[in-house]
Amino acid sequence: MTTPPAALGKDLVGLEHLSADQLRTILDTAEPFKEISERRIKKVPVLRGKTIVNLFYEASTRTRISFEFAEKRLSADTVNISSIGSSVAKGETLVDTARNLEAMRIDMVVIRHGSSGAAGFLADRIPSNVINAGDGRHEHPTQGLLDLLTIRDRLGRIEGLKVCIVGDILHSRVARSNIYGLLTLGAEVAVCGPATLMPPAVGELGVQVFTRVEEAIEWADVLNVLRLQLERMEAGYVPSLREYNRIWGVSNSRLAAAGRDLLILHPGPMNRGVEIDSDVADGPHSVILNQVTNGVAVRMAVLYLLAGGQLEKAEAAKQGGEP
Amino acid sequence: MTEVVLLRGGRVVDPSQKLDERLDVLLVDGHVAKLGKRVSAPEHAQVRDCKGLVVTPGLIDVHVHLREPGEEHKETIATGAASAAAGGFTAVCAMPNTDPPIDDPAAVGYVAAEGRRAGAARVYPVGCISVGRQGQRLALVGEMVESGAVAITDDGNPVMNSGLMRMALEYALAFGIPVADHPEDLGLSATGHMNEGLVSTRLGLPGKPNAAEDIHIVRDLLLAELTGGHIHLQHVSTRFGVESIRQAKARGVRVTAEATPHHLILSHEAVDGYRTEAKMNPPLRCAEDVAAVRAGLADGTLDTIATDHAPHHYDEKEAAFAEAPDGIVGLETALGLVLTRVVGEGVVDLAAMVDRMSCAPARAFGLPGGTLAEGSPADVTVFDPAAEWTVDPKLFRSKSRNTPFTGWALVGRPRLTVVGGRIVFEG
Repeated sequence: MTTPPAALGKDLVGLEHLSADQLRTILDTAEPFKEISERRIKKVPVLRGKTIVNLFYEASTRTRISFEFAEKRLSADTVNISSIGSSVAKGETLVDTARNLEAMRIDMVVIRHGSSGAAGFLADRIPSNVINAGDGRHEHPTQGLLDLLTIRDRLGRIEGLKVCIVGDILHSRVARSNIYGLLTLGAEVAVCGPATLMPPAVGELGVQVFTRVEEAIEWADVLNVLRLQLERMEAGYVPSLREYNRIWGVSNSRLAAAGRDLLILHPGPMNRGVEIDSDVADGPHSVILNQVTNGVAVRMAVLYLLAGGQLEKAEAAKQGGEP
Repeated sequence: MTEVVLLRGGRVVDPSQKLDERLDVLLVDGHVAKLGKRVSAPEHAQVRDCKGLVVTPGLIDVHVHLREPGEEHKETIATGAASAAAGGFTAVCAMPNTDPPIDDPAAVGYVAAEGRRAGAARVYPVGCISVGRQGQRLALVGEMVESGAVAITDDGNPVMNSGLMRMALEYALAFGIPVADHPEDLGLSATGHMNEGLVSTRLGLPGKPNAAEDIHIVRDLLLAELTGGHIHLQHVSTRFGVESIRQAKARGVRVTAEATPHHLILSHEAVDGYRTEAKMNPPLRCAEDVAAVRAGLADGTLDTIATDHAPHHYDEKEAAFAEAPDGIVGLETALGLVLTRVVGEGVVDLAAMVDRMSCAPARAFGLPGGTLAEGSPADVTVFDPAAEWTVDPKLFRSKSRNTPFTGWALVGRPRLTVVGGRIVFEG
């Protein structure tokens, strides 16, 4: 019996090098998994017997819990390691942590790390599947995927849409994963924010650059509004949060000027009144909570596919078939 | 006992005498005794057949890090000097950014003494510009020169205070030594880990813009012009930097400058995949900068090829990119890389290469050597320009293995290194 090639390969480190087919496979696989979270008993035996380590070197609530729910609802055995109080805090290097995990025969590792490239570094050194849950400013592929799924859910397509990412593009792994995923699936992509928070040569990635949010709103069908971290103000990238809100904040009055409805995404956690006003976040075109719901489904799909699952068999796997 | 070495029948390339012909070279008692078509071998002479080989004045690297004292797990003066000899270098200038830094005459004397004890390539100490490399107060420059320092630098760090740099250039005038600077405006680059550009954006790594280097190059040139001092600009990597030096030389500013083999050959694409072995400072730049560094080497704007040999333990480089230290080892790959990728690609000819790797460094730092004129020190490099080999870091004499050139197929390698008339390497 021959096994067809794995849909994703061993790891999910980023969206940059995934094909449109691979991206669609993940999104399509997420569809049947959505339903699991709506059941009274939210558990299927898809990853029964698999051990997964959630290795979080940075604080995370949303992403870590989302992964943990995805893993538990698929019946995997999971262990959480956060940097505080673990060997990591005692100065153990990433390569030694990797070797220890390998020695314990872990099936999968979900890693969040402050250094760009850390997920790929780990993936190159252990036989386990590695999923990047955010590495420095590099990528956050499952966030990119859940954004894609949410846009597709609401607007029925990705191709041909105009999506603008607004805010701190420079420090954002979410921005990079979104840019790669959206471009590969045929969307037009723009970024908008103060030039101090723009990466150099970002236009060469194939995106348009706006410095004024009014222009972005005029242009876009979808806004993905990024969190502005307080540290950015302290480091002098923007003079004050109040000024940031005045000039780059997404408000209903600015959106009204577009004369049409824009879909609003935000990866969370939000700073209400800074990058996004409450009436937008809580308004009818906000899909911010749908993103959270979809996050669990997308992560289930990624776990399943990396474990060797196939899109065609996802429905059967939920009923207890082999993944 | 008299040491006599006769190098028989090699192609002698010595730009200091405008020589490029097949000659015998006789070395007696540490000096070049005779060059001639047919020199008869004196009694007890060690004769080496150099047919098919190139014989040049000993190569000199004015920029190496030997890590001793303080980081002997990376390199020692002895292993660094042996690595140099194996790479065809007869002399190296040891940077003072050790722990503690080489900022007083006793420390300079220690490096010089350990260098002599190593008995391989000559090791010339370079002292700090400022006490403790802190960029505050001038170090004991005069006493360090008396103890053997051939230049001063705070390398690893730039001198951020322009007033201090001015004083260093003025004060050094009394001793005839160059002030070497690592040109970098830390306000623009301190958070960076690689060249700022498309690759850094894709990888999500903070960048160091060209402007960080350009600003300090221009500042240093202005201060050299102001003071009449000799500025030596280390590891120049930007197109604007090269052009600024070219213009300053035309104005008569006393400036010499380095190009490293890696900035002549690699661009920032080499970092893709978070390859820490390609992490260095200044970072690998874009293709236009590589072309400018090459052009600068070709027209002599950049006087010397220097390796910036920077050993690091493998544990330190096996890390996430931001956590890995800057730098690569260079002594044992430099000649092969330059012959293959710089001379081999027509950037400079063999005579110009020998000038940039021997004559010009000797002139820039006022060192003995850089010539095979009769009576000069018997520092000689012999290499096989046709030998094909593959870079295998496991075979390095250096303690460290951090190189982006692993597995590269090169043409040309050292065969014989003679220092003060004594054969210190034969391969």
